[in-house]
Amino acid sequence: MAAVEQDTAVRTGGLTRIFIYGILLIFMLFYMMPLFVMVANSLKPLPEITGGNMMALPQVWTLEPWRQAWSAAQIGVEPTGLKPYFLNSILMVVPAVLISTILGALNGYVLTKWSFRGDKIIFGLLLFSCFIPFQIVLIPMATVLGKIGLAGSIPGLVLVHVVYGIGFSTLYFRNYYSSFPTELVRAAMIDGAGFFRIFWRIMLPVSGPIIVVTVIWQFTNIWNDFLFGASFGGQSQPMTVALNNLVQSSTGVKEYNVHFAGAILAALPTLIVYIVAGRFFVRGLMAGSVKG
Amino acid sequence: MGFLDIRNVTKSYGAVEVLHRVDISVEEGEFLVLVGPSGCGKSTLLNMIAGLEAISSGDIAIKGRVVNGVHPSKRNIAMVFQSYALYPNMTVGQNMTFGLEMHGVPKPERDTALRDVAKLLQIENLLDRKPGQLSGGQRQRVAMGRALVRNPDVFLFDEPLSNLDAKLRVDMRTEIKKLHEKLKTTIVYVTHDQIEAMTLSTRIAVMYQGYVQQLGTPKEIYDTPANVYVATFMGSPAMNVIPARVVVKDAVPHAQIKDAHGVEQTLRFSQPNLVEWNGKDILLGIRPESITDPDGADRNSKNIVPLRNLVGITEPAGADTFVAMELGGKDIVARMRADANAMSGRDFDFAINMEKAVAFDPATEMRIKP
Repeated sequence: MAAVEQDTAVRTGGLTRIFIYGILLIFMLFYMMPLFVMVANSLKPLPEITGGNMMALPQVWTLEPWRQAWSAAQIGVEPTGLKPYFLNSILMVVPAVLISTILGALNGYVLTKWSFRGDKIIFGLLLFSCFIPFQIVLIPMATVLGKIGLAGSIPGLVLVHVVYGIGFSTLYFRNYYSSFPTELVRAAMIDGAGFFRIFWRIMLPVSGPIIVVTVIWQFTNIWNDFLFGASFGGQSQPMTVALNNLVQSSTGVKEYNVHFAGAILAALPTLIVYIVAGRFFVRGLMAGSVKG
Repeated sequence: MGFLDIRNVTKSYGAVEVLHRVDISVEEGEFLVLVGPSGCGKSTLLNMIAGLEAISSGDIAIKGRVVNGVHPSKRNIAMVFQSYALYPNMTVGQNMTFGLEMHGVPKPERDTALRDVAKLLQIENLLDRKPGQLSGGQRQRVAMGRALVRNPDVFLFDEPLSNLDAKLRVDMRTEIKKLHEKLKTTIVYVTHDQIEAMTLSTRIAVMYQGYVQQLGTPKEIYDTPANVYVATFMGSPAMNVIPARVVVKDAVPHAQIKDAHGVEQTLRFSQPNLVEWNGKDILLGIRPESITDPDGADRNSKNIVPLRNLVGITEPAGADTFVAMELGGKDIVARMRADANAMSGRDFDFAINMEKAVAFDPATEMRIKP
């Protein structure tokens, strides 16, 4: 299997290898540093942080800061911890990601395989929504949410994120489906499959890679969003807003270890999505449908 | 009225008409090949039969039922696509029965149909594989199998062999022909390859620039092409078309042509009505295989005309030797037996089978009918 071993363009000698790995190692350490600091300090009692070295490993290991951040810390006025807000985020992000991905897939399918007069303009307008800064729509959005009675609720946030997400998810799916052979759709039409049947049985099963890309993108964006959450969250604020409230609270001692634990908790879901979804990011699903 | 009727069908995109008043009637069990260069409208016509493209005017009827506007799945047709269009996420078996499933055929019947067709095409061992694991020829079979399982009224083939390599293409061509002879199905087949058209069809429609140039059996198309376009498109090497003048000697028309030395030669026509063209210019069409050495000439022909002319180059091609010469100011090709001893740069005695010659009107390029 010489072909497999020799998959780099240039043959590299031992010294070059050491150099390459050395550089990579330095960069890795650089990138891992913040994570290390966060994890290490979240496992220390507070006096260890205030008293000395941020870079040191804990002398006394404790999970207390994590428990605090999760269920006891003062967020705003209530000592609830981040738990309810974490739940809010989940309740917001899951439907928002699912709906925007499904709508994006349908849009992409229609725009490429059921083209109609003016489809390019529609696509252009959808694409345009990707370039509208969040701040511009805050006030109109607040008005709309108020009028339809969704202000300050999780469904309201879901709606906002779906509307904002459709532009991107449509872009992804349209570009993916435009290279999907139209003959397959025609064959399915002759076979008697209808609009949704073709979508469900023919298009979606081969859309794995682009679904993963869209889900990762949407999940990260919606989970990490602060502005919409702070503006439209009302009583059901998401994790990001709660984390801000936790870290920015101005009374009493700053509990850095709890803050670190809270920050990791807030970042954890996106990390998990990357690790889990990335595994399903398989190439070559299209192989063999048509002559390559 | 035929089994599949295409009546006065046109196709326009906006103001541009790309297909002009096509009229073809296909009988049951016929193998009609639509042949022509790319952009001639043959695939458009096929897609219109399939229902994948709308008909601008005219009617298409299958078994007497006008199907304009009928959904593709309700026309009882099946189509084999150029790219095979196998569903990548389904196994071969699922691919082949998908259409039946969509039409609500119960599973036991689907399985029976699948088994029969798989046996016919010898792909029983592939049924659990995914299309990605098949070779080009196997995919081609599966694509045909998917069409056969449906047992449709009309099969539509859209350049099904053009993605295969040369050897496999010839094999699959034979198989399609065998299949047609066995099943006696009605087939409309689109190709740009005139050899495929000749070998497979019971009738050919030669298309060019959105017009059906000629509709006829392979023999009619080959021997009596309707115009210069059909004459030169069908056959390889192409028919020689030479400008000539008609002269009448002893009440028999002859073609007068300058040979390579600039000497006027006369070739006696077998077509008496050409006397009306006395003194006028025509285009003389002769197939390469009608120009041979005297020994290789067709013994059944009553009109072999000898012609001594200078040999251009010779191209031995194994079974045949192609000999080029200049006639009437044009380079023309003769197809001879392999051991004809024509030598480049020497004079050679050619024998022209004028029984097979055709004449065209130079103004309209239409054949002058006998």
